[in-house]
Amino acid sequence: MTGALTAYHWELRKLVAQKRTYLGLAAAVGVPLLFVAVLVLSDGSPDEIPFGAAVRESGLAIPLVILLFGSIWLFPLIVALVAGDVVATEDGHGTLKTILTRSLDRSSIFIGKAMASATYAVLALGLMALVAGAAGVLAFGFEPLPTLSGPPLQPARAVVLTLLVLVVYLMPLLAVAAIALLLSTATRNSTAAVVATLMGSLIMQLLGILPGLEAIQPYLLTTQFSAWMGLVREPMDWAPVGRAAWVCALYAVPALAAALVVFLRRDVAGG
Amino acid sequence: MSEVASTATPTDRGPESSVAGAPPEGRPAGQGSRTAGDSRSNGGEPAALPIEARGLVKRYGEITAVDHVDLTVEPGDVYGFLGPNGAGKTTTLRMLLGLISPSEGSVRLFGRDPIAEGIHALEGVAGFVEEPRFYPYLSAQRNLELLAAYDGGGATGRIDEALETVTLTARRHHRVGGYSHGMKQRLGIAAALIRRPKLLLLDEPATGLDPAGMRDMRALVRRLADEGMTVLLSSHLLTEVEELCNRVAIVRSGAVIHEGRLEDLLEAADGDYRLETTDDEGALRLARAHRGIADALTEPGALGLRAERAAVAELTLELAAHGIGLHTLTPRRAGLEELFLRLTESAPATGPRPEA
Repeated sequence: MTGALTAYHWELRKLVAQKRTYLGLAAAVGVPLLFVAVLVLSDGSPDEIPFGAAVRESGLAIPLVILLFGSIWLFPLIVALVAGDVVATEDGHGTLKTILTRSLDRSSIFIGKAMASATYAVLALGLMALVAGAAGVLAFGFEPLPTLSGPPLQPARAVVLTLLVLVVYLMPLLAVAAIALLLSTATRNSTAAVVATLMGSLIMQLLGILPGLEAIQPYLLTTQFSAWMGLVREPMDWAPVGRAAWVCALYAVPALAAALVVFLRRDVAGG
Repeated sequence: MSEVASTATPTDRGPESSVAGAPPEGRPAGQGSRTAGDSRSNGGEPAALPIEARGLVKRYGEITAVDHVDLTVEPGDVYGFLGPNGAGKTTTLRMLLGLISPSEGSVRLFGRDPIAEGIHALEGVAGFVEEPRFYPYLSAQRNLELLAAYDGGGATGRIDEALETVTLTARRHHRVGGYSHGMKQRLGIAAALIRRPKLLLLDEPATGLDPAGMRDMRALVRRLADEGMTVLLSSHLLTEVEELCNRVAIVRSGAVIHEGRLEDLLEAADGDYRLETTDDEGALRLARAHRGIADALTEPGALGLRAERAAVAELTLELAAHGIGLHTLTPRRAGLEELFLRLTESAPATGPRPEA
């Protein structure tokens, strides 16, 4: 595990040194700021989506609305920017052969990369929530948060609940990261991996709204981005959360395992 | 590193294996006093060879990039791995370093299989394949720190010395993306040195360097060899190989067409002479009729012979007996370049090969 931690540490340092890292983080910060700015400068609200009508009642609704918006392309894209690049970029720079001829085994290097990708997903999501919450509260106040059913939540409880929501939201996000990592490892091409991850996410979104596909919709990865809504009810509905846990694992674990196998066995002939 | 500590190194061999003060066997003058060919440790037990490849094959579909290559690199060797571009040198090096799996055959580095044992087989081994690659957005210092962290075992503490060795200390905090090709090559050497290797594999280290850079690279390799490192030097720069190496393998179209001591190769090519006589036509007739003389040809103002040493002596007597005076008789030794071209251009090609 020490080797994996060494690789993780250096993957993080590499992320810090790369400009593309900040593109995703800038989007995670910029989108909620833009959203709040538009709300402040206009008098409308996105009433057609859950919590859309509540954005002017409580600033605490802003992060939840952004989560719903972001699940379509924003967060899959942000996560894919790093997870889809983390192995392929080594091919692009020809550095895979440099690190694979040192004293750290391939599995440790892979685990380090996977952990760094996951860390980035957590950071992007956390940053979005923090900025969205802060901007929302500044604009619309630290007020009780209306729920999807039942009475509004007191602000302090709403904050705690939002943290729980983020954890649940992280499950499909990490599954997306795992798929991006597999594509990065298999395609050896950053652009292909990022685009393919995003396309996959969009296709699943599409399948999720097409009539006649109701039977598969609960098992689509993108459907799990809505699982957290069960928590914002009174009483809480944990069933979607439980299903999201195993459905996400069903996507993430095979993707990670396949990526690891490819990474361990691949010939490093380029670069 | 400790796992290969029992393998023979230039410092742990018995006294019989070294010839103090004399040039090593087959090693160009100016290099260390190690004897190529010795592979026994102090205890007299056969030590694992730095490199032992047997029947190495790499196929890409229908194309055979490496075709049953055998290599034996002994402790203390500076081993030249020669071949034209696309001959399979780089593919072979990739197999040696465990970066790609051979289709057939085996590789042992100090007795360990880099495919089966992974990084454990690379203990005491360092180098680069094709040009060394680094993270362009990190400084040289950070790149080496990363690699040292991956190596562990005190490698971080050797960064300063390695950078000093390759004269990059002043640019250590500059991003590698702004480095010239030559600086990257030198950084590649530094990255290898922090592993404190006993075996250094270098793939075309002087390619793309300016003349001063090539000279410096040669001096560096020579110095490392003198310090006791076994070096495998893949190159098509024949002057470099002739200057540095004591043993060579020549590959063509993925197959080894010659392997052995460089000196033996050069000696085997001895036997070319140039004669200037008072009657070249007459001398040519006599030479062609003489046993032991082959390829007697007229050259502008002279006669070229390929002959056994004794036959040349007999020919001079015969020339004198026939009243043909001898102006000059000059032995001509083929250089490595000429031998290389003879060997590689005469060997049959087996068809197209992938970039290797």
